[in-house]
Amino acid sequence: MTDDIQELIDRLPALGDAVLVTLEMTLGGALLAIVIAVVLGFGSRTQSLWVRGPSRVIVEFFRGTSLVVQLFWLFYVLPVFGFKMEALAVAIVALGLNYGAYASEVVRGSIASVPQGQWEAATALNMTWFHKVRRVIFPQAWALMIPMLANLLIQLVKGSALAYYITLQDVNFWTVELRRATADTFFSYTAGLIVYFIIAYLLTWGMNILEERAKRRLGRGTRPTLRETFSLKPPTNPRLANTQMPAGGGAA
Amino acid sequence: MNDDSIWDWERAWEVLPDLLAGLWVTIQITVLGMIIASVLGLFIALAMRTPSKWLTTPLKFLVDFIRMTPVLVQLVFVYLLLTAVPGYVVGFVVLGVHYATYMSEVYRAGIEAVPKGQWEAATALNMSKGRTWRAVILPQAIRNTLPGLGNYAISMFKETPFLFAISVTEMYKAGQDYGANTFSYIEALTMVGLLFLAVSYPTSLLVRRMEIRLA
Repeated sequence: MTDDIQELIDRLPALGDAVLVTLEMTLGGALLAIVIAVVLGFGSRTQSLWVRGPSRVIVEFFRGTSLVVQLFWLFYVLPVFGFKMEALAVAIVALGLNYGAYASEVVRGSIASVPQGQWEAATALNMTWFHKVRRVIFPQAWALMIPMLANLLIQLVKGSALAYYITLQDVNFWTVELRRATADTFFSYTAGLIVYFIIAYLLTWGMNILEERAKRRLGRGTRPTLRETFSLKPPTNPRLANTQMPAGGGAA
Repeated sequence: MNDDSIWDWERAWEVLPDLLAGLWVTIQITVLGMIIASVLGLFIALAMRTPSKWLTTPLKFLVDFIRMTPVLVQLVFVYLLLTAVPGYVVGFVVLGVHYATYMSEVYRAGIEAVPKGQWEAATALNMSKGRTWRAVILPQAIRNTLPGLGNYAISMFKETPFLFAISVTEMYKAGQDYGANTFSYIEALTMVGLLFLAVSYPTSLLVRRMEIRLA
């Protein structure tokens, strides 16, 4: 056991590199996914069949064919057509396309959940379509979609473990190497799973902060910000007046 | 190799029997895995409702740990640890346990969606605790969980290719083996993808219909 721990300590620098590869895939995949999700999510809502049809087909295609198949297809088959991508790019594209298709359903659903009156009010104010979406609709939909996007982000991290099989040296690779060095399956894989757990946990935490921020921008926050908590000035926000000054007869 | 085209129909037909045999394995694993997931998930959801912190805190941690770590790594872990157990069994058990952690959330939401008046009515009728669960709460809760169950079954179906890592010849592995033997992945892998689509898309339409009808 002490040998195992010594081996683990020796491999901490390698773990840093491995975590970096996993995070690169996660962030790259997530960024690509959100762009795809917004485009396809809005595309699936348009009146025009020429936009809606292809959007639906793309979404159903990437949802319906498994991530594993997509990743290896891009890795093995695409070079046949003359596109040779680096393994990291293959992983990011596969993760982005697959989870982007899932996320587009989240985007579509969240936008549909914004009350129709919001669209009408924005139209009444003579806003352009882009202005309506950017200032009125999307901020409200965004607060709704973050919890579901957070779930998908964790799925994406978990899916990225597959990249080891297309030669990337991610956390999964590090785990396999640790097992090779220590010959202790239980120790090495527990260590690897804990690393994944910590990554996923921190990402969940980050997404909770994003959600809280998005809600606060809509005036629906549930917790005071750090600045509000430590502020010397009495809270001007009526939402906080009750919680922070219970003795002061905060009947507001 | 056919010289003038990349895609060879003959090869596509040749690989099809292998893939269909793999598809059958994939379906078996999905069904067995979902049975474990739906039974174990219910037990997790019920155990989480007990007031004892000594049970719920470690259980919650374990459930979160399984849910937030890659099922691929879990599969290989268990496969290497239990060398005596065949990969097929490791495959559906690990997938089943992983999805049980998802299903427990579905059950929890389903149980919480049963109106409070149902509990009160059962108490007023002097029903025992066990009878209340069996005759009143669970029948309604499980009805709420059916769409979730269907969606996770589809999602597990699409995750069975992970089993290639523990050398179970399901549909993806069958295609990959063919590709490795003939040095031509294009037909095999494309057909695997299309077969996945051909099964999962109609199933997802059915689940969506069920969702609308139950809502």
